[in-house]
Amino acid sequence: MIVLEKRPQPSRMWTLLTPVLAVLSTMVFGGLLFALLGKNPVEAIRTIFYEPLFGEFAFYYRPQLLVKGAPLVLIAIGLSLGFKAGIWNIGAEGQYIMGAIVGAGVGLAFYPLDSIIVFPLMVIGGAFGGWAWAMVPALLKVRFGTNEILVSLMLVYVAEQLLASMSLGLLKNPEGFGFPGSRNLTEYASATSWINQDVGMHWGVVFAFIAVIFAYVLLNRHMLGFHIRLTGEAPRAARFAGVRPTRLILFCLGTSGALAGLAGLFEVSGPGGQITIDFNIGYGFTAIIVAFLGRLHPLGILLAGGLMALTYIGGEIAQSQLGLPAAAIQVFQGMLLFFLLALDLLTNYRVRLRAREVA
Amino acid sequence: MDLGSINPVLLIASLMVAATPILLAAIGELVVEKAGVLNLGVEGMMIVGAVSGFAISVETGSPFLGFVAAAVGGALLSTLFILLTQVALANQVASGLALTLFGLGLSALMGQKYVGIKPPPTGDIHIPLLSDVPVLGPILFTHDVVLYVGIAIVAAVWAILKFTRAGLILRAVGESHDAAHALGYKVVRIRILAILFGGACAGLGGAYISLVRVPQWTEGMTAGVGWIALALVVFASWKPWRVLLGAYLFGGITVLQLNLQAAGVAIPVEYLAMSPYLITILVLVILSKDKSSAPASLGRIFHASR
Repeated sequence: MIVLEKRPQPSRMWTLLTPVLAVLSTMVFGGLLFALLGKNPVEAIRTIFYEPLFGEFAFYYRPQLLVKGAPLVLIAIGLSLGFKAGIWNIGAEGQYIMGAIVGAGVGLAFYPLDSIIVFPLMVIGGAFGGWAWAMVPALLKVRFGTNEILVSLMLVYVAEQLLASMSLGLLKNPEGFGFPGSRNLTEYASATSWINQDVGMHWGVVFAFIAVIFAYVLLNRHMLGFHIRLTGEAPRAARFAGVRPTRLILFCLGTSGALAGLAGLFEVSGPGGQITIDFNIGYGFTAIIVAFLGRLHPLGILLAGGLMALTYIGGEIAQSQLGLPAAAIQVFQGMLLFFLLALDLLTNYRVRLRAREVA
Repeated sequence: MDLGSINPVLLIASLMVAATPILLAAIGELVVEKAGVLNLGVEGMMIVGAVSGFAISVETGSPFLGFVAAAVGGALLSTLFILLTQVALANQVASGLALTLFGLGLSALMGQKYVGIKPPPTGDIHIPLLSDVPVLGPILFTHDVVLYVGIAIVAAVWAILKFTRAGLILRAVGESHDAAHALGYKVVRIRILAILFGGACAGLGGAYISLVRVPQWTEGMTAGVGWIALALVVFASWKPWRVLLGAYLFGGITVLQLNLQAAGVAIPVEYLAMSPYLITILVLVILSKDKSSAPASLGRIFHASR
């Protein structure tokens, strides 16, 4: 009979090994799924994972890796801080939208002023938008003990409606011939986040790398980071050690909100270009997968973000070349999280074979 | 603006229809949470139920078979949650999120060839005499069967939890899994059954949206109803009849804002459309003070070490 024995400490080896195993299992079962859809599984997997990096048109796809990876990493870094401490912000999608709205709003307010201060102000606006949106669940949790999962998620739907309202009303392009959507920020030189569009470089990429370093230092070298880890791993010990949960909740939700807001701003002023009704494409939710796949570790998240960006780009190629439905990629990404969570068993428990005893 | 165009009788009748998906999903989740498991995958199970119910009823032409398929679909998806949380002992919050993300993708994949099709109509039952009563007749007695099934499930859950031994055991497992285990109850087995029931109910609720309320299939059509259902369980302090009350409250808000949109009230459509979500938050805030009624083992992982 198979018995699970709890490890005194999570296994280091398995902590590193499970994401790799999860990716491999997802490839196998994803391949099966693609085969069920009538596609050649080997070719589909190759198209998703190999084509964007080393294929014929890789020079075109590689920059995309930065474009898609940056928002994922930026959001996931923020989420991972909270997840570590058991604070569940799952409304990053809403904070991402609000960051984009506020940031773009700041930029559009200055239009057509040509000045170096426009973009920095937009960055502050974007971070503020996301931060403020995350402060709603944070303050409600601190003050009333309201469940932050539900509140942050409800606010995603509210943000989506606001986005629709903004692109049809307040932020609508006055020269847009009545079409919904704001002015295109990439055509407004002072407000674009692009640094070099040909290599996929925009300020979001820079900020993503800064966030990774910042989070690494915070978690490993700073008291606050220690408190975050302590609260997640031993809540009772944290309370005795004098960790103030209120401060932690405000910090974790606020930081993740601000980072998600930044991601939204860099997207809207770069790759996205404008505020439209369907501006958000689920980065806030995919970032949850990225955070877990990266083991809530900054460097892991960087790698996981790259991998997830790869599935986005590879998925698009597979869509156009093999006719693989877009939803199949979404299932593929969901599968990855499943395998990861399931295989985590090996990290925390030892699987032993033992003779059956009388219960 | 013409508020006079809102017919109160029709409003209340459609309120019951709007409330049923939330009601079904929430009563299922209530049983799951009473067993001490927090399944955040309600939204995912609902949407998979919605698409499987829709597909089967279009293929067979029978709404009844559609609802059966929806319940099976929801339960099947919940087995993934069972594997993660009860077998692999994974974190329930993360697993529930995974279930929702996966379910949303899966449903989009399954529903591709059903976009833009009309499902076979689910007939209303007309009870002679009763449905002819003025005012009350159209409100209470001219609905489809599933709506009444929803109310019956609430009554059954209430009675089973309150009066039967099975209900007592379920609650014991939810309050203290260690004590229940020590008494010889199969904690994991009981929880698996509860999760399956929750999945089936969520599936039914989803199919009610795609077969009765809308009725058609579009991607992501549950639009957060599963999450509202989760909030509703908290709102109801884990009490079945309050779930009914809460579902009708939310149904009422949804229908009212739709009616106000149609009546051309001077508030922009987007702001009316966000009202159900804002009110959910408001209700959560008001009711979160009292956490005493939550099952004590809610969300905790059970591992029998000996």
